[in-house]
Amino acid sequence: MIGSAIREQFPILNQNVNGHPLVYLDSAATSQKPRQVIEAVKSYYEWDNANVHRGVHTLGSRATDAYEGAREKLAKFINARSTKEIIFTRGTTTALNLVASSYGPSAVGEGDEIVITLMEHHSNLIPWQQLAKKTGATLKYIPLQPDGTITLQDAEETITDKTKIVAIAYVSNVMGVTHPIKELAAIAHRNGAVIVVDGAQSTPHMKVDMQDLDCDFYALSGHKMLAPTGIGALYGKRALLEAMEPIEFGGEMIDDVGLYESTWKELPWKFEGGTPIIAGAVGLGAAVDFLQEIGMDEIHSHEKKLAAYAEQRLSEIDGLTIYGPKSREVGVVTFNLGDVHPHDVATVLDAEGIAIRAGHHCCQPLMRWLEASSTARASFYLYNTEQDVDRLVDALIKTKEYFGYELG
Amino acid sequence: MNLDDLYRRVIMDHYKSPRNRGSFEDDALKIELNNPTCGDRITLQLKVEDGIVKDARYNGEGCSISMSSASMMTEAIKGQTVERALELADNFSLLMKGEDVDFGDYEDIEALSGVNKFPARIKCATLAWNALRKGIDEEEQHK
Repeated sequence: MIGSAIREQFPILNQNVNGHPLVYLDSAATSQKPRQVIEAVKSYYEWDNANVHRGVHTLGSRATDAYEGAREKLAKFINARSTKEIIFTRGTTTALNLVASSYGPSAVGEGDEIVITLMEHHSNLIPWQQLAKKTGATLKYIPLQPDGTITLQDAEETITDKTKIVAIAYVSNVMGVTHPIKELAAIAHRNGAVIVVDGAQSTPHMKVDMQDLDCDFYALSGHKMLAPTGIGALYGKRALLEAMEPIEFGGEMIDDVGLYESTWKELPWKFEGGTPIIAGAVGLGAAVDFLQEIGMDEIHSHEKKLAAYAEQRLSEIDGLTIYGPKSREVGVVTFNLGDVHPHDVATVLDAEGIAIRAGHHCCQPLMRWLEASSTARASFYLYNTEQDVDRLVDALIKTKEYFGYELG
Repeated sequence: MNLDDLYRRVIMDHYKSPRNRGSFEDDALKIELNNPTCGDRITLQLKVEDGIVKDARYNGEGCSISMSSASMMTEAIKGQTVERALELADNFSLLMKGEDVDFGDYEDIEALSGVNKFPARIKCATLAWNALRKGIDEEEQHK
């Protein structure tokens, strides 16, 4: 039920690009959507569309049920204690910014520390950089090992009793590194800090359990896990969210509005000002169903196998450098092909119908650390197969030849 | 899609044997520009005297298209009046829109016309020219 068998449920994959069957290896940027998700969004608009939480009419109730139903599915999917802990957002970026803007200033002051790594996506780096600047706190980085991993010993030394926030990705979007979140959470808590986890690259690919990880905040994006763009979520421990102030004010989030004072709705709605992304949430709910029908463990092991196969096949190419650890938990492989620039690699691959990412992957500090101005990245998901890897390898060999000898 | 439309021999020649690559030691006008979506960077230096671009050099990191374009551009603008350099920049924009443009003595540049068929790469080709416009702008303001 995975790999080639599942492919046909993704209509977009059934097409030729530049005369070749499409091989989509850019799921770390955004995933493709199965028919089930596309149909759920379509059916919502064709039958249930109305605004939520206010309509007395039937469509209003259906839309509210669909929206809140999606929240319930997501809460179960990541094993939150309650739906009150799930705030729908536009995506991971918005979720992380919400924590930095609302929780940040109440928890961090001058002389305090915020701890991150230089491998963070810009969305889990700049909000903390800004918070540090505004509050006079110090931004500290847990050092990276040569393969991009971190050690718990380094984490112990970097996180101190001055640390108020530790922010880190569960899985790196560039190196495919998986960080030991549970252990890091314990270190953070021992020092009186909270841990904020960027779950954009982990949630789509492996089982994540909020209660087991014991993280305080966890951000995720729907579009990387088969759902539409524009929907994501922030998980937060209830007590923390209760104490936080909303950062967006308006409709949907209020309890009572007076001329000079207003009060907020209870969780999770106090953080969801304005008409929410209802159809997006419906799509996310359908995506969660789809992923669960297959099973996250199944997906995870499929990707691990693919990553290992890709690693092995890619390392057969003379002059190709792979960045990151030897064994990967997820299907993200970043590389450079000799001195051929990644944009040129990506263009030649595109001519062969293969979609990869080239650039700095929203990780400029990491690129500097790697001493690469940019890299090429192939990322895999449940619909990819070993044949896709073979096509990639063949095309890379062609690229090498093209830039070596065959210029017209 | 024909890759040879994009990667002509003359482009690879400029990429592998760049002209005017380097920097001036004195305080020549310096423009730094990057392409935030892909990480390409260019540092262009211009020596403008009496309305003439006396010399130009560049340094940078980027793909074959952005770096060869910078190499060709510096060759083309050296010795030109500022007005002519801007005219060349306008002509280059037209070239990127798929129009036939004659670059006269600097026909190497015309090899980049194929970029037009690769929309994702146009911003690579125009990086150096955008740096030139920015530089001339700054030069005019200092007058």
